[in-house]
Amino acid sequence: MSNFREAFDSHDWEQVKESIYAKTAADIESALSSQKRTLEDFKALISPAAATYLEQMAQLSQQITRKRFGHTIQMYVPLYLSNECQNICTYCGFSYDNKMRRKTLTEEEILKEVEAIKKLGYDHVLLVTGEANNTVHIDYFKRALEVIRPHFSHISMEVQPLDQDEYEELIPYGLNTVLVYQETYHKDDYRKHHLKGKKSNFYYRLDTPDRLGKAGIHKIGLGVLIGLEDWRTDSFFTALHLNYLEKTYWQTRYSLSFPRLRPFCGGLAPKVEMTDRELVQLICAYRICNEEVELSLSTRESEKFRNNVIRLGVTSMSAGSKTNPGGYVVEPASLEQFEISDERSPEEIAAMLKSQGYEAVWKDWDRAF
Amino acid sequence: MLQIADKTFQSRLFTGTGKFSSSGLMEEALLASGSELVTVALKRVDIHAEEDDILYHLKHPHINLLPNTSGVRNAKEAVFAAQLAREALETNWVKLEIHPDPKYLLPDPIETLKATQELVKLGFAVLPYLHADPVLCKRLEEAGTAALMPLGSPIGSNKGLKTIDFLEIIIEQSKVPVVIDAGIGSPSDAAKAMELGADAVLVNTAIAVSENPVQMAKAFKLAVEAGRMAYEAKLAKPVQHAAASSPLTSFLDE
Repeated sequence: MSNFREAFDSHDWEQVKESIYAKTAADIESALSSQKRTLEDFKALISPAAATYLEQMAQLSQQITRKRFGHTIQMYVPLYLSNECQNICTYCGFSYDNKMRRKTLTEEEILKEVEAIKKLGYDHVLLVTGEANNTVHIDYFKRALEVIRPHFSHISMEVQPLDQDEYEELIPYGLNTVLVYQETYHKDDYRKHHLKGKKSNFYYRLDTPDRLGKAGIHKIGLGVLIGLEDWRTDSFFTALHLNYLEKTYWQTRYSLSFPRLRPFCGGLAPKVEMTDRELVQLICAYRICNEEVELSLSTRESEKFRNNVIRLGVTSMSAGSKTNPGGYVVEPASLEQFEISDERSPEEIAAMLKSQGYEAVWKDWDRAF
Repeated sequence: MLQIADKTFQSRLFTGTGKFSSSGLMEEALLASGSELVTVALKRVDIHAEEDDILYHLKHPHINLLPNTSGVRNAKEAVFAAQLAREALETNWVKLEIHPDPKYLLPDPIETLKATQELVKLGFAVLPYLHADPVLCKRLEEAGTAALMPLGSPIGSNKGLKTIDFLEIIIEQSKVPVVIDAGIGSPSDAAKAMELGADAVLVNTAIAVSENPVQMAKAFKLAVEAGRMAYEAKLAKPVQHAAASSPLTSFLDE
């Protein structure tokens, strides 16, 4: 069976970058008016030249999103199981060389956190860990899923990449969705940011969505960490990856996230700054070129930004998030992965959505499926 | 240039050999069409004769034969017919046609998928004729089909692209070449199919039953070239103008 690596290796980073920056007003108008948009159209819509078309893009993005998703926003919340990590990554608070006390939740502690999250109203949980294969491994995940599964309809996971057979083992335990961010598609810079640990293997990470597709997972989430490299070029490669996956694993659903690098303990300043205006441009470009993909916005973003962006193409968001293991009740002061920006409670977010004519959807899946 | 399995084609017009008033006229029309892939019904070829009339008129170096399994009613018969064709015509290419329905000759999706899986295992380059069903197309792709041949409308009907909405989805999603087969009644239908992004079209009836098949074959040749050229040049579309105010993005200026 085919593999994304072939498509990836046939694209040169610098050439892609140049072609994005060379897009003109005519390319953007053609992309906006086209019925079937291509990856070249996507390049046009994320190009610097598209900045002056932002309002037009936003209108179109809103129309397309409403046609497919209506006036609803899916709600999810992260549950950090562990901040142990064997990787040294320049941008992450869990980095191995960050000398902080580490914590992995026991089954009893997981249950306490689950109870707290359920009280917030959630039915969709995202399990997050660092990458510590000796303690947080497939057996740990199985035990965690057994504890968590009875309480949630939909379980997503954002942990270290696993092998295909490991994903196949976890699906019967109730795993519905796996998020795996490439961080950056710039091969050389990827090495500079991932200095030590299994994560430094660029291609093993790049192949992960293929392994997930072959394992038959229900949904795959993709994205890059915005701030590490030129976001336009990285986003093109994300779109290329999504395009390949949609054609190959056509029974799978997909979601995209666009996390901007946030301050954290021991932090790296972003190499590339992305303005709010540019993030809106990227969200609209994704939506205009892909009517089906789910677009997710975390609490990394500010209150004001989130209030406005829900109308522009986003379809799911978190609220009340804690990014540290035990953050809800067990050990609120443990090391967090990054600082959150929007501190509002899920209730407040639901009320804000309602005031804008949107419904917050808490359950959108059932284990019967 | 179009690539299917191990072959490349300059011409994106595929043709058929049925319904011509004589084999000589068929040959003349096919040469005028420029077609490099010509489908021939195995059931019409006399594989025991030294010089079969149809095959004799198709002996041109640029013409590749595509035997079809027309007449079979299920996967088992199709696999047998394909094996016979491979022996008789010395090609592992097969146009898989399974239509148990004698009235509209609509393809059987279940048997087509089964036969494709089997034929791929046996080393055939399979080009299945099917309804314009996007999910079936993905299933056939997974089975290892060399191309997809969805119908525009019922075979021989000359009704054009009645399935256009589904053809668009198939073209958008496909990882193998898409050849629009059946129903194309006029050069403008063929041009439209090519403008949509189809990799090729297959035309038989519209050429064979016209008053002047040779001239019609040439008209199709030009239409297919024009449609492809337009697709590659990217068609201009009507522009939607946005409202002058900025209600959705004005928060960015605050």
